Amino acid sequence: MSTDSKEVLLKMRDMRIDGFSDEKWHEIIKGVDLTLHKGEVLGLIGESGAGKSTLGLAAMGFARPGCRLTSGEIWFDGVDLMKESEAAKQKLRGARIAYVAQSAAAAFNPAHTLMEQTIEAGVRHGLSSPDEAREDAKKLFAAMDLPDPNNIGDRFPHQVSGGQLQRAMTAMAMASRPDLIIFDEPTTALDVTTQVNVLAAMRNAVEQFHTAAIYITHDLAVVAQMADRIKVLRYGVEVEEADTQTMLTDPKEEYTKSLWSVRSIEKEAESADDKILEIRNITAAYGKVPVLKNVDIAVSRGKTVSIVGESGSGKSTTARVVTGLLPQLEGDVLFNGDPLPPKLKDRSRDQLQRIQMIYQMADTAMNPRQTVREIIGRPVEFYTGKRGKAVDQRVKELLEMIELDESFMDRLPGELSGGQKQRICIARALAAEPELIICDEVTSALDQIVQEGILKLLMHLQEELGVSYIFITHDIATVRAISDEVVVMYQGEVVEQGGKQEIFSEPHPPYTELLLASVPEMEIGWLEKTLTTLGEKRAAMG
Amino acid sequence: MTVHPVIRTVLQRLALGVMTLFFVSIVIFSGVEMLPGDFTQAVLGQAATEETVAAFRRELGLDQPAYIRYFDWIGGVVTGDFGTSFSGRAASGIDRSRDVVDLIGPRLWNTLFLASMTAIVAVPLALFLGITAALYRNSVYDRVVNATTLATISTPEFFVAYILILFLAALNPIFPSLANVSPDTELSERIYRSALPAMTLALVIIAHMMRMTRAAIINLLASPYIEMARLKGLSSTRVILFHALPNAWAPIVNVIAFNLAYLVVGVVVVEVVFVYPGIGQLMVDAVTTRDIPVVQACALIFAATYIVLNLLADIISIVTNPRLLHPR
Amino acid sequence: MSTSEGYSAKDEVGQVRTRRTWRQRAWIELKKAPFTAWVGMVVIAIYLIVALFAPLIAPYGEAEITPIPYAPWGAEHVFGTDQIGRDILSRLIFGARNTIGIALATTFLAFLIGGGLALVAAISRGWVDQILSRFVDVLMAIPSLIFALMLLSIFGSNITSLIIIIAVLDSTRVFRLTRAVAMNVVVMEYVEAAKLRGEGLGWVMRREILPNIMPPLVAEFGLRFCFVFLTIAALSFLGVGIQPPTADWGSMVRENASLIQFAQFDLKAGITPLLPAAAIAILTIAVNFVVDWFLMKTSGLRDEH
Repeated sequence: MSTDSKEVLLKMRDMRIDGFSDEKWHEIIKGVDLTLHKGEVLGLIGESGAGKSTLGLAAMGFARPGCRLTSGEIWFDGVDLMKESEAAKQKLRGARIAYVAQSAAAAFNPAHTLMEQTIEAGVRHGLSSPDEAREDAKKLFAAMDLPDPNNIGDRFPHQVSGGQLQRAMTAMAMASRPDLIIFDEPTTALDVTTQVNVLAAMRNAVEQFHTAAIYITHDLAVVAQMADRIKVLRYGVEVEEADTQTMLTDPKEEYTKSLWSVRSIEKEAESADDKILEIRNITAAYGKVPVLKNVDIAVSRGKTVSIVGESGSGKSTTARVVTGLLPQLEGDVLFNGDPLPPKLKDRSRDQLQRIQMIYQMADTAMNPRQTVREIIGRPVEFYTGKRGKAVDQRVKELLEMIELDESFMDRLPGELSGGQKQRICIARALAAEPELIICDEVTSALDQIVQEGILKLLMHLQEELGVSYIFITHDIATVRAISDEVVVMYQGEVVEQGGKQEIFSEPHPPYTELLLASVPEMEIGWLEKTLTTLGEKRAAMG
Repeated sequence: MTVHPVIRTVLQRLALGVMTLFFVSIVIFSGVEMLPGDFTQAVLGQAATEETVAAFRRELGLDQPAYIRYFDWIGGVVTGDFGTSFSGRAASGIDRSRDVVDLIGPRLWNTLFLASMTAIVAVPLALFLGITAALYRNSVYDRVVNATTLATISTPEFFVAYILILFLAALNPIFPSLANVSPDTELSERIYRSALPAMTLALVIIAHMMRMTRAAIINLLASPYIEMARLKGLSSTRVILFHALPNAWAPIVNVIAFNLAYLVVGVVVVEVVFVYPGIGQLMVDAVTTRDIPVVQACALIFAATYIVLNLLADIISIVTNPRLLHPR
Repeated sequence: MSTSEGYSAKDEVGQVRTRRTWRQRAWIELKKAPFTAWVGMVVIAIYLIVALFAPLIAPYGEAEITPIPYAPWGAEHVFGTDQIGRDILSRLIFGARNTIGIALATTFLAFLIGGGLALVAAISRGWVDQILSRFVDVLMAIPSLIFALMLLSIFGSNITSLIIIIAVLDSTRVFRLTRAVAMNVVVMEYVEAAKLRGEGLGWVMRREILPNIMPPLVAEFGLRFCFVFLTIAALSFLGVGIQPPTADWGSMVRENASLIQFAQFDLKAGITPLLPAAAIAILTIAVNFVVDWFLMKTSGLRDEH
């Protein structure tokens, strides 16, 4: 799409924004320029802390509590929002500029129906009468592909699913036919098979009403489907900007290239007959709610098994059964051929030592009041019986293994970056000298470059130490990168398992088919192509 | 046919309330069990003969197992009979004691009068102060209200009471410092005489309630859906009335119930200061003379009020909860 | 092996808190403390000094009776004497010792009982937690002043039973709070990690949970102290708390209350019963000021992350 000839809708000049943290004001947006034409979609991408949400809200002349717009110009259709009164900006918000939040569940008021909230802005701004607005909203609900569009508006937010809520929120933003919509990570909280349809609905709406949009996300493949142009931000500074095609095929800056390259790691898959862990016919439940049904999984020694699935698939529950946190109702867990006692308290220290766990959120996995020395030193002491200097020596070795040095010994978790924290967690697991490590979504909370580092480190450690991994994830790219074998789970059951090549090649069971097809690819037009085939795949699942 | 979740939850909550009352009555009853063995002697005086002591013990039912006495007692309570007071008994066996109900009746009415008079003034005022302080957070107004209320809640009730007496009764005789009301006192006179105790209670309650209301509203205003409402360009009034208020009932009602319950307790001290003939003062007198049946009756009444208030608050929160009102 | 160019785990930065030692942080906080917090800290310090050195500071003995009852304010007796001729100033000074001492002892006991049981409940969960929590619910359904009055009428008013009764009643509130904050910590993955490692209950409690629930507990200690202090004062004022001849602020108000009626004729005499009441109020306000600042500090830190 060419945008040169079009009229400019929004122009930000040398935008500077402060945020309050660590007891003082810091500049978090450091002089960014942004231009958006009418009807154009600009993708704003960057990692956490890049300031993309802050910048997006600034386009509405809005700053969250704890932030302040310090200087710059925000020209929206001929007026500078920096100079306008709050009342004048309120007139624009909801009428000419609308916002779609990340968590629709939290952003909808629980006390009112979807309809009331959808038509509210339009009616309050005097754009239409309540009756007209209601009729229009029904059309929008239909356009957003919501079920039963004539009546869904009478429902309350807690009565519809997350994906539907996110679509309803887009309809709400569209209701007053704004010139500009800010999408703030609108699909991040959704499962991948739900995400496709929401993306499609949003894209259609934007095209149909010729609305300009700023689409904020950290997901490159998603932005490739949504945006005409892409702007990359890092630490509050623009890295580069180009149209989507150029950006995908020919990024200029090193940083952007490194973002793109993340998806390039791929391990040669191998299998072995020597099984370290066998899960046989496991059934488990939380109270009376069944979560696992007849699950069979085997892990080869020194290899990586990925368990992939969406929320509610039972992949994390499987890990809880293996560790003994959730004793199974039926079935056996065999470790080196011997059955493990189902309950944690019945397992010996030796059995505990051989299986270690690494968590998704390194923040909550480490005691914020203990130093790195204590965090890594404790398992060394606890399992190997080393004391004093010997422990320190071992901690130092472990730090080197995870590419950190001894200067980190006396730091508290709060004094580490996200990737460093996850490395310390890896070191803590290694400290026990385990044979099997369960990695539960260990890279999901990290930025892409950091993810790559962690994945490479894990693969390297496997080569050196011969440790086996169970790698739990919802991210297909990660599965491709690290696994030897793959297990696909859906609603508490194993849908398919086998070597990586097998799983990623045809034919698939219907669910695997749907899952693989739903993962956005970094290719323009992927969304359109996929949508045509996705309907059949859903139908095949029944 | 399934029961609507709201009704189900309310019924559950009611059942829980009845259970709590039951256990509380057991706790209060077991108080007597813990009395030292010679207390009959202490009540009747050293000169009591063995026969009078034995007769008294029989009257108390001490020759029967505890659970039977409990059911006798609770059965009486349910039918409005709290037993007879210990006072007025003499070593000689002459019994001039009165029924606990007759002692409590008129005083309970006085206490309720004082409490409602306070609540009528204090509740609306405190809500107004709390909500405005939350809306104009960190303004001079907020800071002043905050500091004043912090000082007030840190102060013993009797300090507030004596300061009011000092300024409004002793130095400038506007109100009487002793609130002696009797059943035949006229309403206007009653209000006038109860002015100082009511003011004392109101000051303390307003401070507590205002701070809790402010905190509840600030918490509410931090919700993402409030930010969303602002980003829809709605006016502040609209945001408050349409988006915040429907979700504020539960926290606000809880604040009110908590403070009315607090009022029940505050009444004890204030009644003593102003020699107000209420149930609080009766209880304190009964404690000093160790008149156990009266203490038990008063404790049960206070506890029941407290439980019922909290129960009401819970029920209101339940019936205003959209998730329960509109089930999936 | 090498990761992508220009990337090194060691140099990685994000939203990382600046490294500071414990002392540096405390000092920074103190320097930024608002005026009210400073006033609070100074007042608390003065009270503590007076309480510790009471016999050295007081001009007369705690229960020493001088010949003149109701002596006016003057050089001999700064705040006059009471109904049986005891020096008011001296009793105020000794009162600091008794009232604060008893309240502190009670609060400590309440934390020991309530906090200990709450940790047990939070870690073991299941039926232990259920039974303890339901029991606390029942105890809390009776207003604590009323409950205290009832128990005092049964066990009689002496300092030991006063401390035990108030501590037990107040421990219910400590239990609720400690259980709530401990529950938040117990579900953390680092606690799970410790359990998976095979650590015992004691270690988990001491090393993983306790350090992380300290800030809210410290603030709660201040608030509970105020509450206990006011409850004991109220009970003494009602005549069923600390008994004479022990000097105590609550009972002093009661003993001298009638003087207030003479305010029109002698303002100083009229103010006398307000002095112990003011002593109570000033201390609780001071503690509240400090707690308020502390709460703002700790919750503020939580918002940041």
